[in-house]
Amino acid sequence: MMKQISNRKLRRQKRNRFFGALYASIIYALFYIPVLVMIQFSFNDAKRNYSWEGFTTMWYGKLFSFRNHDLWEALVYSLIIAVIATIISVAIGVLGGVGLKKFEFRGKRFINLMLYVPIVVPEIVLAVSMLIIFMTIGIKLGMGTIVIGHCTFCIPYAVVTIKGRISGDNETLQEASMDLGANRLQTFWRVTIPSIMPGILSAAFLSFTLSIDDVIMSNMLASARQSTLPVLILSVNRTGVTPDINALTTIMVLVMVAGMLLLSAVQRARAKKEAREIAEMEKRISTMHSMVE
Amino acid sequence: MPDAIVSLQHVDKWYGENHVVKDLNLDILEGEFLTLLGPSGCGKTTTLRMIAGFEDATSGTITVQGERVEEKEPYQRDVNTVFQNYSLFPHLTVYDNVAYGPSIKKVPKAEIRKRVTEMLHLVQMDGYEKRKPEALSGGQKQRVAIARALINNPRVLLLDEPLGALDLKLRKQMQIELKRLQKKLGITFVYVTHDQEEAMTMSDRIAVIRNGVILQIGAPMEIYDRPNCRFVADFIGESNVLSGTVRRVNGTSLSVETPDGMVLTHGDGFREGEDIYISIRPEYLSVQEKPHEGFTLRARVKDFIYMGTVVKTSLDLPNGQELKLSRFEADSSLREGDERFVWWEPEKSIPIHREEGER
Amino acid sequence: MNGASTAKKRHNRLPAIAQAGPVSLWMILFVTIPMLFIIFISFMTRGSFGGVEYTPTLTSYETLADVIYLNVILKSLRVALVTTVVCLLLGYPFAYYIARKPADVASRLIMLLMIPLWTNSLMRLNAWMLLFQTNGPVNKALLGLGFVEKPVTFLYTDGLVLLGLITNFLPFAVLPMYSSIEKLQTAMLEASADLGAKPSVTFFRVTLPLTFPGIFSAIILTFIPALGTYTITDMLGGGKVLYIGNIIKNQFGTIRNWPLGAALSVLLLLVTALLIFVYSRFAKIEDMEVL
Repeated sequence: MMKQISNRKLRRQKRNRFFGALYASIIYALFYIPVLVMIQFSFNDAKRNYSWEGFTTMWYGKLFSFRNHDLWEALVYSLIIAVIATIISVAIGVLGGVGLKKFEFRGKRFINLMLYVPIVVPEIVLAVSMLIIFMTIGIKLGMGTIVIGHCTFCIPYAVVTIKGRISGDNETLQEASMDLGANRLQTFWRVTIPSIMPGILSAAFLSFTLSIDDVIMSNMLASARQSTLPVLILSVNRTGVTPDINALTTIMVLVMVAGMLLLSAVQRARAKKEAREIAEMEKRISTMHSMVE
Repeated sequence: MPDAIVSLQHVDKWYGENHVVKDLNLDILEGEFLTLLGPSGCGKTTTLRMIAGFEDATSGTITVQGERVEEKEPYQRDVNTVFQNYSLFPHLTVYDNVAYGPSIKKVPKAEIRKRVTEMLHLVQMDGYEKRKPEALSGGQKQRVAIARALINNPRVLLLDEPLGALDLKLRKQMQIELKRLQKKLGITFVYVTHDQEEAMTMSDRIAVIRNGVILQIGAPMEIYDRPNCRFVADFIGESNVLSGTVRRVNGTSLSVETPDGMVLTHGDGFREGEDIYISIRPEYLSVQEKPHEGFTLRARVKDFIYMGTVVKTSLDLPNGQELKLSRFEADSSLREGDERFVWWEPEKSIPIHREEGER
Repeated sequence: MNGASTAKKRHNRLPAIAQAGPVSLWMILFVTIPMLFIIFISFMTRGSFGGVEYTPTLTSYETLADVIYLNVILKSLRVALVTTVVCLLLGYPFAYYIARKPADVASRLIMLLMIPLWTNSLMRLNAWMLLFQTNGPVNKALLGLGFVEKPVTFLYTDGLVLLGLITNFLPFAVLPMYSSIEKLQTAMLEASADLGAKPSVTFFRVTLPLTFPGIFSAIILTFIPALGTYTITDMLGGGKVLYIGNIIKNQFGTIRNWPLGAALSVLLLLVTALLIFVYSRFAKIEDMEVL
């Protein structure tokens, strides 16, 4: 009795699915072609990347002989900036996200508005206006100013991410904690922070990626002596990018993807564990029920 | 017999490995108020959605007004739906929500205005034209949703738990209004709910569904008085269900042995030695100090609950099963802990065949 | 009595200050004040050796009205507009495709969209350059297929800049539209179909209006950065093609005309404010999908 009905409908659905998948693949290709080409040219047997000259793994070897001082210095410089900017942004973002959600105070609307500014205003405008201030007051440009610049656009993202994680029952949890005798500080550490941990992790990841990939702030607010990796790439682009930069970028992508997979695996494992516990609890309750009946 | 306006023949629905609707046969009659009643996940909503066209049946035929509709898209079918969560378009005003259907059919503006006004009057929402759905209460949203579905003059209106989100008082009021509306318009309502009281209040016929199968279909009183299986007896109204074995058949009078004593019931087609269930409504249960003829069932009074107009008395049988008895007035002679003999008029109890393996 | 109530108030305020204080302070110090200062600078006089002389003037804004600058501004606006339109047209169906998948598949597809973003954006642009070299694979393919007689010059043209802009900003157009479409309830589409609307009618009368916040967020997240970028235009335009971003940057590098750079920045601020204002006329700012 498995008489298939609505054949025409089924065929149409199938066709739509096919064209949808085809279209999506084309768009994904648009995103992945440059990445694949970038990786391909890390194996290019040429001094500078203009055209494909043959396959070699030499550049990875060169990279790990640590003789490319400029490149490694730029990377370390970028990493230090990214780590500091991430720590500051997440700390301020967590406090601010919780505070702005929970407390009412004069000027809150204004601060909320200001948080949108770095997200929507072109980065160059933000960079230039900070540059003018720093130059006018006489603050020396360098790592400090770059960190400030990065934090300024990372903090809003961190605040928004964390605010989104604070749900209605979070408030109840805090009240319950204080009702049970914990003071505000204890409540913050033992209830608030753990309950928004996924938000904190994604805010940290976002801040780090925004900082490490940033060009404009890093370029405008840097001293002449040391530049971050992306700024270095921008400056050598005109003369030709050397394949060791491709090699380094390839390794960075792999590390990032691995980090992200790890993060989501941890989160999924946690969710699974919770689901299992809930299921067990429900099972216990239902057996109790059936015993009562 | 009036014609079937909607007819489902051998309809099956699979979601992957899940068989949610099983060989369903259902004729919905012109102008009736039919309720699909069942617990959540029983396939009632899926059945409704297959009539509307949002889901395709895996196999079987569905006809509306004698016409096969399986290959028709929802927008080609002359049925309209009132959704569970209203599904009003949040970006449109009440007026534009109601006008949506005719405006798509390119009905002239003046005509649309006339019909929208009529419809809003019908559901008593005059004057709310310019409001956005977000500025309406749940009950008001539901009225607009009904007006929006009715403006297309459907022959069949499908309602998917439309009152589920309303509070009890409003729900009762809307039940009565919906029933009146259906009588006034004379169109067929197919109504999905898990609330048996709601089904009893409004329906001409109820189809009780469980696990994708229609267990029983009939008028509310028929289903209430003559449930054909234990599930229906339990699900519709309150019921005391005893299990036992038929010991003696005397015409239509059956003497049944339960674990706690002998009882009498009344029914056709039962044989001696058969394991059966007996269902007795709480209002038909009686207790007295001496055994009633044919009954040797004893129970201990556990407690009383006063529920406004009725008093419910709980009694414990020796095996731990609880019996419920309800009366309009408390029996002042009863005290907690008293032992009494239980009996009922055999004609008021319902014997039910027990399936193989059913406990 | 009075003393007690102020003491209580102070006690209540401390957590608020501790939590919301740092973020407020940071935003005022590094966003509000610099923004106000750059507006102030735009009305000042250019110093003879760079820097600023604090004499009010409208010179910078008059300079902007100059044909050379006006052309750059109009061209930048045009290119940003084309980028935005293409990103919307390409991105919406793509976002729709992902959003209508089951949740677990959709989150994987979104992940797949994010991975390229973790590759340094300049290196991705560099890859496009490598592909479109005069003797690069694209030209070789065109020659091989006989579409062209001699290699086409793609490098440092507006066309390649546009390709760079589109591929760079498309993900940021897709993400807000995706989250808007994902929020759209299937029940809305069913209700529309139930009332007799064909899929195309449903799309224009229900889907599009209801996903407007996502579309407009996509506009803001594409148009404004495309208008202000200088790295993409620098790399793919080779400095030959000038856009607003390049000119601003140059005023703080080689040319050292701060007030002019400030005035151009103010212009970008105004465009941003205008877009946000238009958005607020149609929808709530809180509904904007910026993440």
